[in-house]
Amino acid sequence: MSIFLNENSKVIVQGITGGEGTKHATKMLASGTNIVGGVNARKAGTSVAIGGQDVTVYGTVEEAMKETGADVSVLFVPPKFAKDAVIEAVDAQIGLAVVITEGIPVHDSAYFWAHASAKGNRTRIIGPNCPGIISPGKSNAGIIPANIAGPGKIGLVSKSGTLTYQMMYELREIGFSTAIGIGGDPVIGTTHIDALEAFEADPETEAIVMIGEIGGDAEERAADFIKANVTKPVAGYVAGFTAPEGKTMGHAGAIVSGSAGTAQAKKEALEAAGVKVGKTPSETAALMKEIIGSN
Amino acid sequence: MDLYEYQAKDLFAAHGVPVLPGRTVETAADAKVVASELGTAVVVKAQVKTGGRGKAGGVKLAQTPDEAEQKAEAILGLDIKGHTVHRVLVTEASDIAEEYYFSFLLDRSNRTFLAMCSAEGGMEIEELAVERPEALARIPIDPIAGVDKAKADEIVAAGKIPAAVADEAAQVIVKLWDTFVAEDATLVEVNPLVRDPEGKVIALDGKVTLDENAEFRHEAHKGLVDERTENPLEAKAKAKGLNYVKLDDGQVGIIGNGAGLVMSTLDVVAYAGEKHGKVKPANFLDIGGGASADIMAAGLDVILGDDDVKSVFVNVFGGITSCDAVANGIVEALKILGDGATKPLVVRLDGNNVEEGRQILADANHPLVTVVGTMDDAADKAAELAAGA
Repeated sequence: MSIFLNENSKVIVQGITGGEGTKHATKMLASGTNIVGGVNARKAGTSVAIGGQDVTVYGTVEEAMKETGADVSVLFVPPKFAKDAVIEAVDAQIGLAVVITEGIPVHDSAYFWAHASAKGNRTRIIGPNCPGIISPGKSNAGIIPANIAGPGKIGLVSKSGTLTYQMMYELREIGFSTAIGIGGDPVIGTTHIDALEAFEADPETEAIVMIGEIGGDAEERAADFIKANVTKPVAGYVAGFTAPEGKTMGHAGAIVSGSAGTAQAKKEALEAAGVKVGKTPSETAALMKEIIGSN
Repeated sequence: MDLYEYQAKDLFAAHGVPVLPGRTVETAADAKVVASELGTAVVVKAQVKTGGRGKAGGVKLAQTPDEAEQKAEAILGLDIKGHTVHRVLVTEASDIAEEYYFSFLLDRSNRTFLAMCSAEGGMEIEELAVERPEALARIPIDPIAGVDKAKADEIVAAGKIPAAVADEAAQVIVKLWDTFVAEDATLVEVNPLVRDPEGKVIALDGKVTLDENAEFRHEAHKGLVDERTENPLEAKAKAKGLNYVKLDDGQVGIIGNGAGLVMSTLDVVAYAGEKHGKVKPANFLDIGGGASADIMAAGLDVILGDDDVKSVFVNVFGGITSCDAVANGIVEALKILGDGATKPLVVRLDGNNVEEGRQILADANHPLVTVVGTMDDAADKAAELAAGA
């Protein structure tokens, strides 16, 4: 098992004809992902050569789903067109939409989230501004490098891309059921809590690493959720202890406003929920190794 | 991007929100001119992007043009919570019958927008929210349905705005929503929203935060950046397309890839600094996933131009990019910078092709570069070098 993405996932790429879309579709394919098509309304009926394979470009997500049975879409659509592209995926009722695009205006993401909610949340949205999701050895939907770590029993959820990679690297000897980067924007689809809930239910996941960062209260709410619902051991890390108030640290959502959103508050909340929180990524990895070793 | 009060009010006026006439000036003499033109008593208001201006002596009433000049003289140059006052807004003084509070903002937790409204305006809203939470109405706003007159009526009623002005207040709120959406704001706050003795509803103050991700559809927003108060290093970095934030009291320059990893790097350096003369990180700089030679050179150039920096920590995880490409980038960057590279560099590479990357740096054997295996050890080395410099 794994969460949200597995060996049966059939993946399409919205924006496959763009530079990033082509590059990462190639990498996904190389790491074993079943890429069944691409979407670009202006290039419908053509195909793109990816990794020595011709991938058909469809005019719409709906058409691609009908022709291929796709159930996952990865979006590399530029910010300007991202809102419409997500809405299209939601209206086609695809199971999972992974929005890699960075720099989407928050009014647009709030809008597509409201749209997805109004449609009954039949489409799981991951992102935006995220590295995507990988179930090593099964499928890879996004830009997480597949060669960092193989399959194993840790579930990983993180706001940040490079911290996801760093943590996968530190724990590569144990491996991952699924690693998911939920994104650093103020409005995101899948949350820490959604991933924790799925990892708790996944028999293949034995322990969970949760990486947070300053801004918002998602980590605090995840801590409450862990306390009430998670029986598997959780190790945590929070980035941004030294970030000053009022300055955005790279991610649009990473900002401390007043006393809200500080790393200290998040760390305390997680520790109060029984999460072993490391001071650095390597210390967190060491805590996870201890957890796995003692199981 | 946070706006000044006068910029916020300009946006309000453009969307039909009633504001009082006034103008922003940079000299006391000009303040006098504006006061004469207005021909009324005026309020001279410091334009700084921080709260508590009134308490700090940054807001003064003036009955005459001469008095406006004196008050402006006193306010210009004031330091309010670390912000120097370069401009004052000279605006018509209003008789206030009542003060209300109103805002639209992003509600991250619920992934939607929120309207906050109270008949008790004027005071710090954080205080009101704590002391009398029942007096502050919070109404979720559906981003798709938005705010029409009926929704605005609901907000006004929930905020207990007096019936006599409820209709007019609701009309103003619809226009504030127009501002919020049309300008891609993440915050539109009016405190106070006032009723004057004639029953007119006016936005007496304004606070607006714009979403920088939406700049591509707001050419005009570029003109709202105040280059004078921008940190020169931040301005330089921005011109090169780098994601850079200058931090106070730091000695270790930081370059990394990915926002989360760079944030984490700052922390690890601060911990290491506790053992080495209390040195701290001097900046946040995320060169992104790519980390090409040009971007690395541009990043190093900005950081080496910071006089506070005594050592530099380059912390890259080769995920999308491989470490050999990053190592080549560092070597090339040092060639580009030549004699401009003057401070010791501690480099930590991990991830794809890490052995090749480390070999490239070893072969280049640059006298300023030290390669360290782990992030924690590299932070320690960078802190030690900064403390010893």
